[in-house]
This record gives sequence, structure tokens and C-alpha cells, in this order.
Amino acid sequence: MASHAHSSHDHGHGHAHGEAHPLVGHLVPYSTLFATGAALLVLTVITVAARYVDLGEANIYLAIGIAVVKATLVSLFFMHLRWDRPFNLMVLVGSMLFVVLMMVFCMMDVGQYMDTENKGNPKAVQNYLDANAPFAPVTSKK
Amino acid sequence: MTTLDTRPIHDEVPGNYLTFRRGILSWIFTLDHKRIGVMYLVAVLVSFFVGGVMALLVRTKLLFPGEVEWMTFDQYNKAFTLHGAIMVFLVIIPSIPAALGNFVLPIMLGAKDVAFPRLNLFSFYLWIMGAICAVYSLIAGGFDTGWTFYTPYSSQFSTGGTIPVLVGVFILGFSSIFTGVNFVVTIHKLRPPGMTWFRMPLFLWALYATALIQILATPVLGITVALLVVERAFNIGIFDPVMGGDPVLFQHFFWFYSHPAVYIMILPGMGIISEIIAVHSHRHIFGFRFIAFSSIAIAIFSFLVWGHHMFTSGQSPLMNVLFSAITFSVAIPSAVKVFNWLATLYKGSISLNTAMWYGLSFIFLFTIGGLTGIPLAVLSTDIHLHDTYFVVAHFHYVMMGSALIAMIGGLHHWWPKMTGRMFNETWGKIGCALVFVGFNMTFFTQFMLGSQGMPRRYYMYKPEFQIYHHISTGGSYIMGLGFVITAIYLLHSLFAGRKAPANPWGGASLEWQCTSPPPHDNFSVTPRVGDCYDFSAVSWDEKQQGYVVDVEAHVAAAQSGKGH
Amino acid sequence: MSHSASHADSHGHGSHGHGDHAKYPFLAHHFDTPNQQFESGKLGMWVFLATEVLFFGALFVMYAILRFKDPQVFSYAANYLDTILGGINTCVLILSSLTMAIGVRAAQTNKKGLLSLCLALTLAGAIGFLVIKYFEYTHKFHLNLKWGQAFYQPVTEADAAAAKVEAKPVENPVLAISSPNPSAGASTVSLASPPPADKTAIAAPKMGPDGVATTEMVEAVDKPVHAAHPEGPHLLDPDMPANTHRFFAIYYIMTGLHGIHVVIGVGVIGWLLVGSLRGRYSSDYYTPVDLVGLYWHVVDLVWIFLFPLFYLIH
Repeated sequence: MASHAHSSHDHGHGHAHGEAHPLVGHLVPYSTLFATGAALLVLTVITVAARYVDLGEANIYLAIGIAVVKATLVSLFFMHLRWDRPFNLMVLVGSMLFVVLMMVFCMMDVGQYMDTENKGNPKAVQNYLDANAPFAPVTSKK
Repeated sequence: MTTLDTRPIHDEVPGNYLTFRRGILSWIFTLDHKRIGVMYLVAVLVSFFVGGVMALLVRTKLLFPGEVEWMTFDQYNKAFTLHGAIMVFLVIIPSIPAALGNFVLPIMLGAKDVAFPRLNLFSFYLWIMGAICAVYSLIAGGFDTGWTFYTPYSSQFSTGGTIPVLVGVFILGFSSIFTGVNFVVTIHKLRPPGMTWFRMPLFLWALYATALIQILATPVLGITVALLVVERAFNIGIFDPVMGGDPVLFQHFFWFYSHPAVYIMILPGMGIISEIIAVHSHRHIFGFRFIAFSSIAIAIFSFLVWGHHMFTSGQSPLMNVLFSAITFSVAIPSAVKVFNWLATLYKGSISLNTAMWYGLSFIFLFTIGGLTGIPLAVLSTDIHLHDTYFVVAHFHYVMMGSALIAMIGGLHHWWPKMTGRMFNETWGKIGCALVFVGFNMTFFTQFMLGSQGMPRRYYMYKPEFQIYHHISTGGSYIMGLGFVITAIYLLHSLFAGRKAPANPWGGASLEWQCTSPPPHDNFSVTPRVGDCYDFSAVSWDEKQQGYVVDVEAHVAAAQSGKGH
Repeated sequence: MSHSASHADSHGHGSHGHGDHAKYPFLAHHFDTPNQQFESGKLGMWVFLATEVLFFGALFVMYAILRFKDPQVFSYAANYLDTILGGINTCVLILSSLTMAIGVRAAQTNKKGLLSLCLALTLAGAIGFLVIKYFEYTHKFHLNLKWGQAFYQPVTEADAAAAKVEAKPVENPVLAISSPNPSAGASTVSLASPPPADKTAIAAPKMGPDGVATTEMVEAVDKPVHAAHPEGPHLLDPDMPANTHRFFAIYYIMTGLHGIHVVIGVGVIGWLLVGSLRGRYSSDYYTPVDLVGLYWHVVDLVWIFLFPLFYLIH
């Protein structure tokens, strides 16, 4: 059999005795898959529970932080990035960098003129509120 | 994998890709990148004609400073909007990557096809669907927002055709994205043995950089038009001040795509020029790595400068300064390319073919276009020049005088390969000259108009500008004549042109080593890779009336490091 | 680098002959080896997923800007979202990702029955997600928690009844409850009775130019205190910040686009299931299963970020 038909990845370990061998690609052990799934569920429970605890500013960072950990687990293990070519990971991370770029520049711009914007309801909204909701807010509460 | 024909494709078949299977169905369902490229080419050129007619309508109106009976304000707005939208989305963005690139990339690379042929065909049909949406929008009332669709006009007012054209743009975006995906994977995975990254022709480097931009920027356009459709249909209030939204935010989202988009337009053109200049001066390209890396640099930098379209929109002074400063740096990789091309020409053995005429025109026009970007990048002068004819002239110099000229030059360069016919060189040069003279007449005067304050997209203007408009419109007719002449002799060559040899110009890259037109699966033997800019092994063959490449010598020269 | 084997083939054949193409019927004519085809498919899918990241990423940018400008809008309006339902949805998607990954492994080890089972379970998870979403959305629609100007339409009696919310005022006014208990579910907490409105006590705000709210706003005086009710009509809540409609706009856009991707996933996984039942996939050729799996994991990834950003705002 021509030797170049095999992939260069190690797909020897991870498959049980008697299991078929994939022609290409890498086999992830069941233990890894179930462990990752369990970790994701546990992290979900933690992050929901944390919502009811008041940590002030830290709440959002904790929630995003746990989300990043969950995302990393999904990418590395479910999506095989742990065993794939590094270029695939670079593609994923690279695209996220551009999202960050867009976010940073736009937020910098908005942040500069945020304080000069008018507060309160726009006129169209205010008209509705006046007509239909007599006790609705006239001003915004900060 | 299913195909219509059950013959094994890689058996030797007589003929070429055009004769391989016949009948309209074999074209509609083709998976052959060459046929898909040809279909794209026809579609793009038809759209170019339609967009050009729109431009001539606009220019004809502008002969008269006041109101005219035969065109109302609204019709004028729709004419220039349609001209812009067709030219940007249906012509320039797909033209080189999808039309020429689809045809040339696999052959130049040494592959049998692109990585995903069915996705390639799907991209083409997405283009068709986008074009149909655009046509439908005309029936639904047209759209007059300008191709930039700024809010709140586009979200609150405007006409009934706005949502259909936005849907069309969304679909066209996906056509572009899938082409980009295909090209990236093809270049990464389908290179033959010996074709390392630094043996790859510069046109392919340019297409790769373009594909990177298509992949990263176009989805943002998709979301932007989707948000605009939702804003218009449901008045959600993110872009529209009436509901507390921010119109500058729309512009941020729009230009985050549209600035990199202009580099989608120009980068492949620059790649073509690298090929044309090297081949037609029979000289190794100067500074291969510089040109290759500058393509990637342009692709990355293009994402950092979008705010320079928004200096007067209400963007904060901090971001104005930041974007202005970064914009200066974008000029550097482009300049690197221009200097390398000039160095390639120097002491070259220049054949002044039609393709070379277009190549030289490109260098001249792109230099003007690029330099006139500087006053627009400088904040103080941009306050005066923004939204004037100066901007219109600048972008026509780079989009039309450069990208489109490069496309037509590439069309001439690869015409013998694609069609198997030679066109009439004399008429080719006449066409090029008319286009060049007409172009400069049309747009150079617009720099003067703009710096004297004539705003863009205006139906009426002050009488003192009329002389400039007359020259400009006259130039546009000359240019139009040049394009018509080009179309005529190219079409004529299909029927009566001399049969083309495999290598009419003496190129050393792989596409010149297969027949003209190429066979169905491009190469009957695995191509042997040498230095694609090393012309030492290329010689004229009197019998064939074309050049031949001594492949053994060519490959040996590359392996011994001769001819860098 | 290219995976095709190196050779100096000067025979009439193409790259190492017809051997591989004859042996592997799934191998396309323009690829040399199955591994080259597999790796190309994977790279192509990853590049496409990069475009999806940018697609949703632009919406995350929109979210960031809106929340940056009006954080109080987000803190307030998040009370209208049911955290527990959102959490259940998250777990459903995670489990469906797990079954998808096991399905890929089943295809790789030639266990066709297990593959079909896993695909069916993944499909069930996807549909379950959509069902829960349907209930969430309809509940909100009944309360007019929608986008744009629809947000400011008063809730009708019929809608309030459908949402199991009492819209009539009770006899005695009650003091505000500061943090409503979100796990109370469909509650019958009613509005405190508003005394007859004496609008003369509230000075009219000066009108600015069209479309622009005036900077001169007037505080209402002697306003009665109302309970902050996530289940009650929002228009009558004096604590509702201005521009709250924007929260719901971005909520529906982002979860809606995500939902569309789940629907697409249902279609694609269904197609895989049909193919799997016909025995199309094996340890030799399972690329479509792997690639659809990657897509499905990205759908899960997006939800992993959406969930805290909308449902877990404290």
C-alpha cells in the first residue's frame, strides 16, 4: 500500500482494541470527549449560579472569562484543534483579532462623543409614551 | 463525487476545455474552473457595459449646469447610484479574482482545478442571483441613496428598491466570500511538488492576499446590509436618530468592509501588472519578495484605515487623527511595488504589446491616483476636499485607471490562452490609446473641479464649472469609444483571429506550458516547477510563431539557484 | 505544504497514476491523495468558520457599543429574560455538541449505527433548542417586548392574559420590590394601583428639533412609586431607562441570527442523517460528518458567548 496514503498524524492511540482505523485524521478518545462535555456542563452551572451573586464590576468579567474557558474547551477538544495543524488554530484566532480591532476602534470613537449626546427619549418615543404610558419615564435614570 | 459524464476524466481526451463536452447544459452544470471563469467574464463585461451606460447618462446630464427636461433630480440620483453599485459590486470586485483568477489560478499553480469546484459554481450562481436582485430593485422603484447607502436617508426615506438591492448586495457578498475560501485552500493545498511559496507567481500572491480580505471583510458587509434592511423594515433604532440611533455607527460598519474592499479591487490588478511587466520586458521581476510581502502588508493595513472616509461625518477628533496617521502608512507597500516594477522595466527587452501598453498605463495612472490620495488623507485638506469631485477623480484613477486597466491588460495578456486566438495588435493599441486619453480628459479635470469646490453627486452646478464638465464629458465619450473598439476587435478575434501558440509572449510560468486553449484538466503530465520569472530558457520558435520553454533547462536553472 | 508525494514522473500518467482514484471512489479528480482532500476540506471549513466569526463578530461589536453607551438599559432589560430557560438551552447545545463529536468518532471507527444514533440525538437537541426559543420569543411578543416602535405599544388585555400576567391594578398600592425573583416564572404579580394621574403636576418637556431629544428634561414631581415588575407591562414602569428598546433590538438580532444558523444546522444534520442511514460514511470517508461537526460546534461557540452577554447580566 502506498505509504503516502496515510496522514502524518498519530491516530494510533485513542482507539479501543478491535475498532476500525480511520484512513485520515485523528481519533479522539471517548474519555476526552466525555470529560470535555462534563466540564462544559459544570462550567455552565457555575456561571448561572454566579449571576445571582453580586460581585459588582467583576460579574461581567467572570461571566466572559468562564465563556472563554468553555469556548477554548470546545475548540481544542470537540473541534480537534488540539491535534490539528496549528494553521487552523491561527485562522480561528486571527479572525477574532479582527473583531477585536473593529470593536476597539469603534468604541474609542463612540466613547469620545458619548457625553455630548442628548439624554432621554427621542421624540418619537416620547410621543408614544406621553400618549400611552402616563407614568413612563420622562428622563433617563443613570 | 458525481459528474454528468461517466468517462474517467483523466484519460487523454482530444481537444481542449471548450470542446470537451458540448451543449448548454455542460456549461450550466460545469465544474471546470476555466468555464466558470469564462462565464464570470461574460457576466462581468455585460455589467460593465450597463454601468458604463449609466455613467454616460450622468456625464451627459452634466453638460448642462441647470435643470433639463429629459432627466429629473430623482432620475439623476438613481443613475449615479446604479452606476456606483453596479461597478463596485457586480464588476470590479469580482472581475479579476472571479473572472481572470478562476481561469488562471489553477493552471498557473500547476493544479487540475480549484479545491472546491462545486463551491466555485455556486459562487457564480450567487453572483447571478445578486444581479437579479439588483435588476428587480430597478423595477421596484430604484434606489437613490448613493452606493454607500448612508443612513438616515437609506433607513428612513429613499425608495422602494432599496431593500431588494441590499438583499442583492448580501448575496453578492457571499459569492465573494466563497471565491476567497476556494482560493485560500487551493493555494495552500494544491501546489505541485517544487512549487513553494516563493516559487509561486506574484499574481497568485496577490490573489491570496485578496482572498484574505474577502474572507475577513465581506461578512461585516453582510451584517451591515442585513442591519440596514432590518432597520428599514422594522425601524429598530440603531442607525436612525429618530429612534435614538447613531448614523456614524452605520458608517463605521460600512467602511470597515468597504475600505478593505477597495484593496480587493486593486491587489489582483497589481498582481497582473507584475506578470505583464516581467513577461513583456523579458526580465526577472525585481524584488520578488518585496512585492510578495507588500501584497500581504496591504491586505493587513487595509483593515486599519477605514475612518478616513469619515473625517467630516462627526467622527471624533481622536479617531480622525489616528486614522489619518495610519492612512499615510498604507501608501508605503503600494509605492514599494511601483518602484519594483520600474526597476524591472529598466534595461529590460521591452515588447510593446497591447498588454504592455495597458501595464504602462497602469503605472502612470496608479501613481496619480495614489498621490492624490494624500491630500485626502491629510485632515486639513480633506475638510475642503471631502465629498467633492476631487474624491471622485481620485477613486476613478485607482479603481478604473488602475484596477480596470489592469483587468483589461490581463484580459489581453491571457486572451490567447483562454480563447486560442490572437487579436489584432494595431487595433488593440488604438483602443488602449483612446481609453487612456479619454480617461485622463474625463478625470483629470475633475481634480480641478473638486479643488475648486464642486460637490459630488450634484445634479446642478455653478456655470463657471461648465467648461470642466464639457471636457470631462467629452473625455468620457472618447473612453467609451475606446472600450467599444476593444470589444469589437476582441470579439472579432474569436472568429477570425490567428490561432494562438501555447506561449505567444514568452512567459515562463506554468500556464504557458499547456496548449492554448488548455486541455480539460490543464496538464497531461505533472508540471515541473522552475523560476517563473527566469526567461533564460525561453526562446522563440519560428515554426510555431511563439515561444517555447526548455523545461529541463528551466528547472535545472532554478535548482542551481541561477537567475535568483 | 502540499501533501502530494514527491516524484519525478515523466510517464504519460498524471500524479502517481490512477491507483488512488480507482481505489477510493470518493477521491475527486483534482486531488492526489485522500489525505490531501481531507485536509483541504478541513482548511476550507475553518476558513469559512472564520467568516462566521466575523459575521457574528460585527454584531458583538454592535452589542459592545450599545452596552457601553447605555449600561443601565442592559441591566434593567436583562430582567425580562429567563435565565433558567437560557441555561437549559445552553446545556442542550453542549450536549448536542457532545453527541456530534461522538458521531464523528463513530464515523471514524466505522460504527454506522452509532453514527446515525448520534446524528439523530444532535438533531433532537437542535430542535429542542428551537422549541425553547419559540416559547421564549412568544412570551415576549405577548408583552410587546419587541424591537423599535413596537416596544412602545401598550399591552392589550388578551396579550397579557396569554402571557399569564395580570394587567389590572390591585386595590392597595405597594412599595417597590427592588430585585424581582426571576425564577418565580409566570407570576401574577400585579401593578400597584396608580392613583389618577395629575399630569398638570408634571411640566411638559421642551421640544428640541425633530428627531432629537431635548437636553432640557424636567423631573416629574410627586410621582407615585411603582413596583419594578419584569412580568408586567414595561411601559408603566417609571424605572425603565430611556432607549430600552435597543436592548431588545440587539437581543432579537443576535439570537435570531443564531437561531437561523441552528435551523440551517437542522437541515444539514438532517441531510447527514439521511446519508448515514444509507451507509455513505465510513472510516475511509467521513469528511462531511467532520465538517458539519465543525459548523455545529461553532454554532455552540456563538451561543456560549451570547448566553452570558444577555442572560447573565447582573
